[in-house]
Amino acid sequence: MNILDFGNAFFSDSAHWHGYDGIPQRFWEHVQYSLLALAVAAAIGLPVGLLTGHTGRGGNALALIANAARALPSFGLLVLAVLSIGFGLLPVMIPLVVLAVPPILVTTYEAVRSVDPSPVDAARGMGMHESRILLQVELPVALPLILSGLRSAAIQIVSTATIAAYVSLGGLGRYIVDGLYQRDYEKVVGGATLVAVLALITLAVFWAAGRFAVSPGVRRR
Amino acid sequence: MIRIDSVTKRYPDGTVAVDRLSLEIPDRSITVLVGPSGCGKTTTLRMINRMVEPTEGTILLDGEDIQGQPVTTLRRSMGYVIQNAGLFQHRTIVDNIATVPRMLGWGKQRARERAAELMERVGLDTALAKRYPYQLSGGQQQRVGVARALAADPPVLLMDEPFSAVDPVVRKGLQDELLRLQDELGKTIVFVTHDIDEAIKLGTMVAVLREGGRLAQYAPPAELLSAPADGFVEDFLGADRGIRRLSFFASAELDLTTDAVVPADATAERIAAVKAPHLLVTDPDGRPLGWAERTGLTAGDIATDRLLPFGRPFVPGTDSLRVALDCAVLSPTGWAVAVDGGGRVTGVVSQQTIGEAIRAAHTESRADKAGAGVAE
Repeated sequence: MNILDFGNAFFSDSAHWHGYDGIPQRFWEHVQYSLLALAVAAAIGLPVGLLTGHTGRGGNALALIANAARALPSFGLLVLAVLSIGFGLLPVMIPLVVLAVPPILVTTYEAVRSVDPSPVDAARGMGMHESRILLQVELPVALPLILSGLRSAAIQIVSTATIAAYVSLGGLGRYIVDGLYQRDYEKVVGGATLVAVLALITLAVFWAAGRFAVSPGVRRR
Repeated sequence: MIRIDSVTKRYPDGTVAVDRLSLEIPDRSITVLVGPSGCGKTTTLRMINRMVEPTEGTILLDGEDIQGQPVTTLRRSMGYVIQNAGLFQHRTIVDNIATVPRMLGWGKQRARERAAELMERVGLDTALAKRYPYQLSGGQQQRVGVARALAADPPVLLMDEPFSAVDPVVRKGLQDELLRLQDELGKTIVFVTHDIDEAIKLGTMVAVLREGGRLAQYAPPAELLSAPADGFVEDFLGADRGIRRLSFFASAELDLTTDAVVPADATAERIAAVKAPHLLVTDPDGRPLGWAERTGLTAGDIATDRLLPFGRPFVPGTDSLRVALDCAVLSPTGWAVAVDGGGRVTGVVSQQTIGEAIRAAHTESRADKAGAGVAE
């Protein structure tokens, strides 16, 4: 049997489509973990990135922290978190957030830094407050790059959220972990396919968000 | 009036950008700050709206220290135009222009109406209102920059090398437009440039700054050209300042002659009456056709296809002595052709006569200055 057959067998089995271990349930759990982790990471990364980008201060420290965070292995962090906190959602969120903050933080910082300084100078010269300069002059122009940072963070979260299953939580990782344990390769392939599909959906969502939120004057079409 | 009083800007590393500069900037006129790079002209401009804070000295706006009010209030009372316009690329043209009115709390509708009005004023097609900056040419963008600065009708306009990034033809258009606008609006404009020709063209008063931020000379452009304060100013003004100074003398009083102007169907007596070696031949409407040699002309039938070109004519009263002289120099006969607004010949004038007019104008301006000196 090849991969396609495994997948086919998994998705055509109607038993996999309902119940607490059904695809809709696991898919939804995965989406929830991912959204929560992305929201927390964005709540940390965006403000810090915007502020440091606007003032131009702390860029080196930022790069250092971000690189250090990138070097941390998610799985190792998960194990450490579980050992020190115990089972639950929090120890799963820690590695996901640590994973997602660096791309958000660094691209947001870079995006704001790379905004053409002359409109900022003009805005300041016409008496605009600093907060407005950041939110109404720099942010709209930096938005495409900021969204790309959020997007890569989201993709990484979606693929890494499978580790939640190692610590008895749900999500699509359940199929992969259980399937490997039970030597049920249909399940493994099915789970992996679903993760890939969710990653593609994430891409599509960010593409749509870009179309909707970025000014045509910045998109240049 | 803006009064810069012994202002110094020293940076922490010890560099002095502006050194004890004092200037009185008159209301409702264009004051140009000009000088080589590193002369502190931009720094001086940016101290007026407190984008840079002086180390020493004060700047007074209508007698009040500019430090006395919140910085945003001060800046909103001054239009600010920079090189490359600095437009907000995510906003449409109309919204760019409406920025300051919106900050001042105007309603959206009113701000947009005002923006549309300003687009017309600065010579922009209102069809561009919904476009984005990237869809406009450099010259158009700069017009938007000027309109945006004027939107809330501030009494003061600060312009930092606004036209340096556009090509010479567009730049000339923008300069003419600014002069026209200034005639209508009468703002107090402080204009920074490194281009001395731009300074002379636009300035009511010109402050020449030298490296290290010291004032070399502060004078009206004609005076700058006739009496540079020192070698630095003279060098900075460059060659042919004598010729350039002629731009400030009117050609209205030139002694024109119509003796040598004849219609193409002139009679033999008329041609014989001409003493000059060349005749300017005109069409029945009085428009110039070209120059003819007096000898060998047939009355009533001057061959208009063998005439010498008459070059570029000038309009006495509108054009300066510089233009008149240029016309005479370019003319193959050494005579300049004067026309009225409709292009009809009002007379011709020789290089020699223009030369006399120039000497007379020089004498007169020296006398004026001496007179003014006595009055003081």
